Amino acid sequence: MQSNANLNRRNFLKMTGLSGTDFILGLYASGNKGTSAVVNMSGLEDTFELTPYIIIEKSGSITIMNPRPEMGQGTFQSLPGIIAEELEVSLDQVTIKQTAGEKQFGRQVAGGSSSVRGNYMNLRKVGASAREMLIKAASDQWKVPIDECYAENGKIFHKPSGKSLSYGELAEAASKLEVPKEPVLKDPKDFKIIGKSAARPDIPLKVSGRAVFGMDVEVPGMVYASVERCPVFGSKLISYDDSKAKKIKGVQQVIKADRVVFGKTKYEGIAVIADNYWAALQGRKALKIQWDYQGFDKFNSNDYEQTLRDLAKTEGLIVHSSGDFDKALAESPLHTEALYETPMVSHSTMEPMNCVAHWKEDNTIEVWVSSQGPTLIKDELFKTLGVAQDNIKVNIMFNGGGFGRRLQSDFASEAASISKAVGKPVKVIWTREDDTQLGPFRPMTFSAMKGAVSNDGMAIAFQHKVISPSLNASRNTNFDKTKPDNSMVEGISDQKYEIPNMKNEYVISDFHIPISAWRSVTSSTLAFAHECFIDELAALAKKDPLEFRLNMLTKDSDTKKVLTKVKEVSGWDKPLPKGWGRGVAQYEFFAGLSAQVVEVSLQTNGSVKVEKVYAVIDLGTVVNPDNVKAQVEGGIVMGLVAATKDGIRFENGKSVQTNFNNNRMLRINEMPQIEVTIIADGGPTIKGVGEPGLPPLAPALCNAIFAATGKRIRRLPVDLNKV
Amino acid sequence: MASYNLTINNKNYSVDVDPQMPLLWVIRDFVGLKGTKFGCGIAQCGACTVHLDGNPIRSCTFPVSAASGHKITTIEGISENIDHPVQKAWIEMQVPQCGYCHSGQIMSAVALLAKNPKPDDAAINTAMQGNICRCGTYQRIRKAIHRASELMGTETKKVFAHE
Repeated sequence: MQSNANLNRRNFLKMTGLSGTDFILGLYASGNKGTSAVVNMSGLEDTFELTPYIIIEKSGSITIMNPRPEMGQGTFQSLPGIIAEELEVSLDQVTIKQTAGEKQFGRQVAGGSSSVRGNYMNLRKVGASAREMLIKAASDQWKVPIDECYAENGKIFHKPSGKSLSYGELAEAASKLEVPKEPVLKDPKDFKIIGKSAARPDIPLKVSGRAVFGMDVEVPGMVYASVERCPVFGSKLISYDDSKAKKIKGVQQVIKADRVVFGKTKYEGIAVIADNYWAALQGRKALKIQWDYQGFDKFNSNDYEQTLRDLAKTEGLIVHSSGDFDKALAESPLHTEALYETPMVSHSTMEPMNCVAHWKEDNTIEVWVSSQGPTLIKDELFKTLGVAQDNIKVNIMFNGGGFGRRLQSDFASEAASISKAVGKPVKVIWTREDDTQLGPFRPMTFSAMKGAVSNDGMAIAFQHKVISPSLNASRNTNFDKTKPDNSMVEGISDQKYEIPNMKNEYVISDFHIPISAWRSVTSSTLAFAHECFIDELAALAKKDPLEFRLNMLTKDSDTKKVLTKVKEVSGWDKPLPKGWGRGVAQYEFFAGLSAQVVEVSLQTNGSVKVEKVYAVIDLGTVVNPDNVKAQVEGGIVMGLVAATKDGIRFENGKSVQTNFNNNRMLRINEMPQIEVTIIADGGPTIKGVGEPGLPPLAPALCNAIFAATGKRIRRLPVDLNKV
Repeated sequence: MASYNLTINNKNYSVDVDPQMPLLWVIRDFVGLKGTKFGCGIAQCGACTVHLDGNPIRSCTFPVSAASGHKITTIEGISENIDHPVQKAWIEMQVPQCGYCHSGQIMSAVALLAKNPKPDDAAINTAMQGNICRCGTYQRIRKAIHRASELMGTETKKVFAHE
């Protein structure tokens, strides 16, 4: 194996160019901690596989497989850490290798905040099984009872004699043993890794430029491509003139290239192939293309939003009904209604979409890609290009952000088809403008809310009607529109408030723009309407917003727990300085649960400053507390961008926003203080981490703005400079 | 096409490229140093930040022709062993998430601390607001810059102690 402690270009090429061999991201146990980003597994000798996740060399080197891509959420530490815990090794002792869609690891997709909660017990069993096999191998060799042996720090010890054997010495014998089906797991009180704020092994790589992202991959003979795709979705190519493009030095070829989204919708493009990226980009700019917009250039966000407002007046499909909502609303003197509106937004990962693909002469494909799922890449290439999964090799690189965008594989199949056409490996790099304008986007949702409170200040009727395009209809042509799309009504019927009369509805609206999951999916917009309207009902009932919520939570629940906790940590009952306001919100959905209190201050120039965010996240069990805090901090910032920045708006058929100058992100000078509290009381169910911190931010912020200014914000984004 | 002699991380490189090619692509694809990242191409996000004679510049819009004859430093050039005080502080505070923006963040922070060894929050805001982090690590960036400032103070004192 080679460490790339002194990675240079030549070595990098040599390593990445070994087709048919494993190419891995890893921390290499070289004694030089944290200095390796690329390790070639082809040089491994005398390796023994105890389970597919654990490979031990005779030399003692240990490799642990990470089955979920690392996109910043910390799986590169958390998942190998769970295995290492039970295996009784420290992460310093192991090489971490990213899985590449191999069947033995099941579906490998990082999404839905599922990596830890979905793998926690299984990966503990993986580590524990290997530990038991190593112990058995040692006891067999020493001919001593198993219970006289124990594992620690990469060795098996014989307690009475003190003698020991390393895992490397035992690996061969252990690998021949049967894998125990129900290994004994460690007592959590003995945990050395789980529950501790361990340093992430990818961080040294990421502060030194050594982490290899998809964007950084080079393979021998590789050419570069930049593709002009029409930003007006639904357009058809009439003709193009590449004569000027071809005159640019370095440009090799200009070809047609298709981008296929969700394996079904084809968008035409013109790819300029060149010796280097800059030449490809210059060539692309020199293209003259005629598009037939087919009328889609008439599409704009203003008109579409009016369509949604009109649809809000129609009756929807029933999503949930309890009690008699209509009667309760009609009979209550204290009732109100409101329409809430949210924007489309872009994912805008800091690493723009890109892929290195090589369609080889034997009709196999190899790709090097930042993706949230090697399984998804294989499935997509099979679906769109007809190459069987077994003939596709995927190399998952560090993802420069995912947020749901890299659950799509359109950029990989496009790169593979270009490679096929040019007969060479190709690196396709999207510009930021491509990345911003071409989607898929988070869809907007509009929410028509109705509710009533009793004379004693309790909510007695509640309706959340969602009006939106459908994620499932966008993805699946055969989606049955006579049924509500569950992904578009996420969480609205699952909040724990004890409201006796409810009727939630869904109204679908057709949409030709590609839309997809975005961090915390539809909860990212629905929580805004849901929890702001709860606040409106609290105001109608003349109750403190937090008390109003707790009054509706008479039974024990995690929701009650997080709200009680956030009340405590935020000092909810303490007075704020003049001109300040605080707001609260919580949201429970498939990924998990968080409650937040936001404090804002009104500035003398009329703007609103976000001062502080208190967040409580409920987990059950926590693997890496510091990383959980980082994820909640990140969710809050992303929620703040979506609530207060530009969003994506269409005019003349295309996104007005093109780059970070007009699709603005939060910057450090706008950063509020964030204080995260984790509830991990060891409960049986583990909740997710990556997404739950996001949905409560927008409603807590807007409720705080109401508290500070008396103004209800019912449409996002809200410009904090002129509330 | 024209030939340029570039000094990057105290090494000399000769490249033959379009004079308008941004320094970013020369560094990445001709010199082969991949630590400097492409983020926006219009000097809005700072992922491509490198130093030109110690000053932070956005290499994605800086033509190679203007870089010739200057001393260029990239993320790979700030330490051999990931032990620059800013890197140490970044590790201690576990700053990066996806990590893609942090080469640029660190280069901006190194330049700030070189000019202002004890920056307050306002100075950090001014120096760092050209660098976007989509993962939202700003709170940790701020803490890490304060920590790096402390570490640099300590290391300076150590040097004096030796003297």
